[in-house]
Amino acid sequence: MTTPVLDVRGLAFAYPDGHQALFGVDLHVHRGERVALLGPNGAGKTTLVLHLNGIHLAGAGSVAVSGLPVTKANIKEIRRRVGIVFQDPDDQLFMGTVREDVAFGPANLGLRGEALDAKVTEALAKVGMEEFADRPPHHLSFGQRRRVAVATVLAMDPEILVLDEPSSNLDPASRRELADILRGLDVTVLMVTHDLPYALELCERSVILDGGVVAAEGRTVDVLSNADLMRAHRLELPFGFDPVAAAATL
Amino acid sequence: MPAHLKVLALVGFMLVVVATPREWFAAYAFFLGVLVTVGAVGRVRPGWVLKRMVVETPFVVFAVLMPFIAHGPRIEVLGLSLSESGLLSAWGLLAKGTLGVIAGLMLAATTTPQELVHGLERLRLPQQLVQIMAFMVRYLEVVTDEMRRMAVARASRGFVARNPLHWPVLARSVGALFIRSFERGERVHLAMVSRGYTGRMPR
Repeated sequence: MTTPVLDVRGLAFAYPDGHQALFGVDLHVHRGERVALLGPNGAGKTTLVLHLNGIHLAGAGSVAVSGLPVTKANIKEIRRRVGIVFQDPDDQLFMGTVREDVAFGPANLGLRGEALDAKVTEALAKVGMEEFADRPPHHLSFGQRRRVAVATVLAMDPEILVLDEPSSNLDPASRRELADILRGLDVTVLMVTHDLPYALELCERSVILDGGVVAAEGRTVDVLSNADLMRAHRLELPFGFDPVAAAATL
Repeated sequence: MPAHLKVLALVGFMLVVVATPREWFAAYAFFLGVLVTVGAVGRVRPGWVLKRMVVETPFVVFAVLMPFIAHGPRIEVLGLSLSESGLLSAWGLLAKGTLGVIAGLMLAATTTPQELVHGLERLRLPQQLVQIMAFMVRYLEVVTDEMRRMAVARASRGFVARNPLHWPVLARSVGALFIRSFERGERVHLAMVSRGYTGRMPR
């Protein structure tokens, strides 16, 4: 088997105040896969995500991205390989214009001049936001800002795109547009979400994180249609949603 | 015109205006002419400028008071006894102040905040100051929006700030806003670090 893009083994982590969030997480994501990370609030999802690009370093166990271990020495390359899109686009977009914001990541990697411009244009084109390049981010709609936030990490040519609640606060049309964009990207995706229909629509495989460990994993349709498993981890489908019927329409 | 040249022009213009003796009335007419030309070239609407000139009001009040309270030889104007040197000082203050405000507004009208920040950067203003300004420009709207939402939420629960007894509530709101902004700052930093930020803006 090839080296997984994301290889998390026995990851445990406690915050400095002693609160332990992760108790031995094992997670593998292979190239081209789209995987949903599900779980109730407080399960440790965000803590896990912050390990993937070395904001937190493993207390025990290990994290590797395409074979490269996440350590202090590798941090620059790790942050290029792992692109995290945070939940609130206002946290992610902090420069004066969309163009500058998308350029921020690749410029930190040393790209300059025409190569940088080309990269920015390419990333914005992938999310359909080229014509907004010179607008200040706060003048865009929420859905547009979310798309630009995705472009800011795509511009770094990540090996894996990590999305924290990508569909939150989006109106249904923006939510669908984002789904279309994500489906069209040729990139590995790990998606943290409470939006279970969205997980079913976009991700073949799902992982349930609960109590700081991986409680279950499998095909998304199997996970969502296992009522006992769902109840045990405080996961609930929207009223009237039938995952098996929905999966049949995919 | 690049923003940094505009900033230099503004500073230069103001130095000349301030250094001009207040008795050279013709020079002031010329300065005003320069500003009007700039405004015409930059297609600045006079109404836009006038509305924003209210920031000058405190100076105007002070200037109007001066002829009444200053010492020295007095002259009769419309039956009022006014100090001659006071009148002259008032004229100087008013003329220089007004020219300054109009010149500043010309810059504001023809330059976006982003261009201004870049202009200052090109003028070699220290990186830290430029970064702080850029963040202020970016997040001013986010924070005022948050403030507005908090005010709406307060009002929706029947709160009206009518007398000083209500001030503690306002103080707590400001405190909450500060904490929220601080936490947002931390999240922004996290997002920056995730994209390879190491303490310097890439150039």
